Amino acid sequence: MLTLENVQITQGSFSLHADFTIAPDTKTAVIGASGGGKSTLLSALAGFLTPARGRIRWNSDDLTTQPPAKRPISMIFQDNNLFPHLTAAQNVGLGISPALRLTQADHQRVSDALVRVGLAEMATRKPAALSGGQIARVALARLLVQGNPVILLDEPFAALGPAMRAEMLDLVAELVAETKATLLMVSHDPEDAKRIADQIILVADQIAHPPIETNHLFNDPPEAMRNWMG
Amino acid sequence: MARRAVSIISPLGLWGAAAAALLLFLTLGTLAAVAWQAEFTRGLGRADIAALRFTLIQAFFSALLSVALAIPVARALARRQFPGRQILITLLGAPFILPVIVAVLGLLAVFGRAGIFNQMLNAFGFETVSVYGFSGVLLAHVFFNLPLATRLILQSWLAIPAERFRLAQSLGFAPRDMFRQIEWPMLREVIPGIFAVIFLICTTSFAVALTLGGGPKATTIELAIYQALRSDFAPGKAALLSSIQFLLCTLAAWSAWYFTRHQDAAAGFDRAVQRSDAGAVGLRIQDGLCLGFAAFFVILPLAMVIKSGLTGILNMPDVVWWAALRSVLMAIASSIVMLSLVLPLAQIAAKEKRAWPEAIAYLSVSASPLVIGTGLFILLNPYFSPRDLALPVTIIVNAAMAIPFALRGLLPAMREVEASYAPLADQLGMAGFARFRLLTLPRIRRPLGFALGLTAALSMGDLGVVALFADPDAGTLPLMIYRLMGAYRMEQAAGAALLLLILSLALFMIFDRGGQKNADT
Repeated sequence: MLTLENVQITQGSFSLHADFTIAPDTKTAVIGASGGGKSTLLSALAGFLTPARGRIRWNSDDLTTQPPAKRPISMIFQDNNLFPHLTAAQNVGLGISPALRLTQADHQRVSDALVRVGLAEMATRKPAALSGGQIARVALARLLVQGNPVILLDEPFAALGPAMRAEMLDLVAELVAETKATLLMVSHDPEDAKRIADQIILVADQIAHPPIETNHLFNDPPEAMRNWMG
Repeated sequence: MARRAVSIISPLGLWGAAAAALLLFLTLGTLAAVAWQAEFTRGLGRADIAALRFTLIQAFFSALLSVALAIPVARALARRQFPGRQILITLLGAPFILPVIVAVLGLLAVFGRAGIFNQMLNAFGFETVSVYGFSGVLLAHVFFNLPLATRLILQSWLAIPAERFRLAQSLGFAPRDMFRQIEWPMLREVIPGIFAVIFLICTTSFAVALTLGGGPKATTIELAIYQALRSDFAPGKAALLSSIQFLLCTLAAWSAWYFTRHQDAAAGFDRAVQRSDAGAVGLRIQDGLCLGFAAFFVILPLAMVIKSGLTGILNMPDVVWWAALRSVLMAIASSIVMLSLVLPLAQIAAKEKRAWPEAIAYLSVSASPLVIGTGLFILLNPYFSPRDLALPVTIIVNAAMAIPFALRGLLPAMREVEASYAPLADQLGMAGFARFRLLTLPRIRRPLGFALGLTAALSMGDLGVVALFADPDAGTLPLMIYRLMGAYRMEQAAGAALLLLILSLALFMIFDRGGQKNADT
């Protein structure tokens, strides 16, 4: 269980409050106006921002001051998810060893992960020779080898076309189901949220509201939600 | 992003502190030594005042001539598209890494007593001109700085948006209006900074003054320091002159910084602006003449070095080859020392967004090699023989002098790495040397190769600190050439100069190409 206990994140004059829990093995969409603090919330969970107040816990572990790499959390960013000078396989391998010291078994895990995301043939290619969808798949393969129980997606598929985005979301749903991971994903598009999420966190008015079940939220949207959807 | 301060006791912090300490010692430490030993009470003699005046006057006129001549050349390059344009622009970059002594020999072959120029004057019945003294120093400084000024002005010219020229054309501007409304405002903005940079370079001129100047009428302060220490053995006098030189350089460096602080030279050289106002025959001829002049002025001395060197190079005593070997090894060592100093500073500046590493790295801009040399001489002389330390001291000083150039290339690249990839690297737990090897190094290869090549070439051609310290029989190749010139063994000097030219360019290219190989973005 992921717990945000009276968390206050401050960045200059902007601040965001969050106080809720997220059940394990759930898929949660984070929605709200741009600039509202969706990415800020994920950054705090991933460890790139330290909250001014409050605690972030995973089960009984206090993560609040842990550096990003020590947290049981993997994140995919909006861009720059792969190092352009490394091959697809090397980029995935970094998820196992940050110094890229891989054993024979590790190499096998990398290959398996690339096969799983449908990129068996692309292992030796560098990102410049991959399409946007393939780059996203490499990043997903890295999530697989990292094997963290919490996955954060900060709109990594925003630049893809609608069909490709739906395909990637389905792949994410499959991978999350296989690994029993807890997923939080930022989304701009209510359709994306409906497609994949069990529940939704609405970020508005400097508050990250507690998650509400997806169908419930869309059937009976609160005022902030109605403002956002227009 | 939260700033994760790297503690001073981390390996990077310690390494950076050590690099900073060494640079502070070389700049402010040696300055303190100089100030401590300076005989302020003895005052400035007549020769010292003459040196100060000569330094200021030659630097002023060198900068003035370089900039004034560079404007029409840069304009011609900006508005003409012709085969060989790119080669000419590359060639204009060459004097920067060209050893001074090589250029001096080339200029002597063209403008010297028996040079092409005087032969032509003779043939037409004119008096020959002397290249020594004020005119020679000026000539050499313009040779080095006209190309530099041209490239800097050209960058600003090409940074003017093409739309502005198009608008001017649609308003029916004549070339004169074009100049007054568009080009002059740009020039007024950039010229003071370029003038100040060249003034600074010429203030610290040593090798040119040593070879073409000298005597009571053409001695720079830098040369006077050398003579005080080396010929008169008067450290107190050298220290006094060094103090003056430091003030002068600081002032010049400050004004260079003041005039350039808002400029950002990021434009490329690849496009010439299409302009209908430049089509007139008169302007075409004018541009053609400017480009022809610039090309000849740069190419002719180099061609003469190659031509006169070819006979001498096969016929040189063994000591020249030994000096060459020493020089190459020292140049490589200098590059490595430079790297070990600049990397931690750049990394701390980029990663922790600190300003002090940059400030320390740029301190050496206002410290001239001979001032550093004098300070080190004062500090080391009581305990060691300067001759024994000549080579390590030269290696370290040359490394320090190259740091501002290296940092200028490296820091933006490292900042870009941090801005784009720090979150991913942090998330994956990449840290320490593995992070440097897997992330930073592959992404800074180009500026790194360039910085190493530049340092190697500059230190290969250096004739400064080494002249102050070295035993002439165990010196570097430039020092050897200076000695051969002094002994009027011009054929051997020419051969050695050609060897030096080849080695400098080769070192630069090996490092620079090494940075470009496999450097994918």
